Amino acid sequence: MSAIRFDNVWKEYGDHIVLERISLDVASRAFIALVGPSGCGKTTFLRMLLGEERPTRGQILVDGVPLKPEPDADRGVVFQRYSVFPHLTVLQNVLLGRELQHSKIIGRLLGASKRKAVDEAMALLAEVGLSGHEDKYPAALSGGMQQRLALAQAIMRGPKILLLDEPFGALDPGIRADIHVLMKRLWNETELTVVMVTHDLSEAFRLATRVIAFERSRNRPEERERYGATISRDLEIFPRRIAAAR
Amino acid sequence: MRLMNLKPGRQARFVLAGLPFVLLVAAYFIGSGMRLAENPNDKLLPALSSMAQAVKHMAFETDVRTGSILMLSDTLASLGRLLWALAISTSAALVLGIAIGLLPGANALLAPFVGVASMVPPLALLPILFIVMGLGENSKVALIVIGTLPCIIRDLTMRVLELPREQLIKAQTLGASTWQVALRVVLPQILPRLIDSLRLQLGPAWLFLIAAEAIASDSGLGYRIFLVRRYLAMDVIIPYVIWITFLAFLMDAGLRLLQRKLFPWFASVRAE
Repeated sequence: MSAIRFDNVWKEYGDHIVLERISLDVASRAFIALVGPSGCGKTTFLRMLLGEERPTRGQILVDGVPLKPEPDADRGVVFQRYSVFPHLTVLQNVLLGRELQHSKIIGRLLGASKRKAVDEAMALLAEVGLSGHEDKYPAALSGGMQQRLALAQAIMRGPKILLLDEPFGALDPGIRADIHVLMKRLWNETELTVVMVTHDLSEAFRLATRVIAFERSRNRPEERERYGATISRDLEIFPRRIAAAR
Repeated sequence: MRLMNLKPGRQARFVLAGLPFVLLVAAYFIGSGMRLAENPNDKLLPALSSMAQAVKHMAFETDVRTGSILMLSDTLASLGRLLWALAISTSAALVLGIAIGLLPGANALLAPFVGVASMVPPLALLPILFIVMGLGENSKVALIVIGTLPCIIRDLTMRVLELPREQLIKAQTLGASTWQVALRVVLPQILPRLIDSLRLQLGPAWLFLIAAEAIASDSGLGYRIFLVRRYLAMDVIIPYVIWITFLAFLMDAGLRLLQRKLFPWFASVRAE
């Protein structure tokens, strides 16, 4: 549950301007979908929000406080690939966030605190439809199940903001529809503000409360380097979607 | 059908795998038989019986002068040096490899140095080691460490850098500190790769061991074969070489087994 504010943000790599004049207010509990052609800077935008990249100019505020310039526990993330850890079982993957939080030195929970965390993790796994797969390694799961696991893993740590980088892009249509249902439910049941990058317009309009399109306004070859992408469309979904109150 | 598409079956594979060994052994005994027929005292290609006699003498009888079984004491001396050196190499490489791969600061500090150090021919340092550390055990262990450590560090550093960026970011979004990322994400994923690296370094490790023992030692497998070389004792040298090969092969197979048992998830990650 967090409001995000982009205050005249620019991102440049050397002479190459990727994004320019990005000003945006995201309300708490919103579900934002970022769309646009490839190379328009949506992923760069998400990386800045993640703290992996810093804006060249301007600043990003979360609840009025400037963003820490590195990834942190208040912003969870699910990538298209490599979001879960291949050396941990399904259960261990979900437990990891809790173990890192409470065990600073050895990074593992033991005894009663472990049992409590396991119970919680099992409940969450049941919710994302992964009951019975606790002891498998991610490589034994299908793509859809891996992304469900990634969602559960991110949510277990209780982030305020969830960032999704084309999370369902590699999935079959049927599986994608199922995971959309799950995503909606998770958004309603938790206190998340969600920012999702997608190249699938129908996915954007099906899930989001607000769809934001990035585009380069100037696309002639000699202009490409010096003009970055801007926000070209900012559409509130109607009828308005509002996250269920907790 | 094209040759590249002809796949041998299980049985054919077994026969093919055994063929080079059989051919080598056959070639040896034909050559040996021919030479011995000409000159029964020939020492170059000894017959199986004389090698068996030598093995019996070296491995099953107590040596009168030293009061020990020579092949056993040689083996223990050599393995002790080798295992000590590899233990030092792997543990140091694990710490340094993870540090250089994960921490940009450590990378800037150490990566160029390790790169240069791995180009120093270790055998060229052997005289220095003998002068500084004396002719005892330390200089031999040090040679093996110097010979294997930089390569393992470089290999592990690369493996750490190969871990998907997404995983390291993800761990941070789960609240992991640098230490926790190293402990829970990097270390467990690097261990099976360390075994790969170690397997590749077994060859060089044995090379440096034999070299150090050949030059200055009073025990060890390498010492023995270079000692009996003076008497052209091929009947001892050949069984020793086979024994050394067998030990190295066992270590390699053991490491492979260890990797499969301890890291069941690794096979599918490597297949990607």
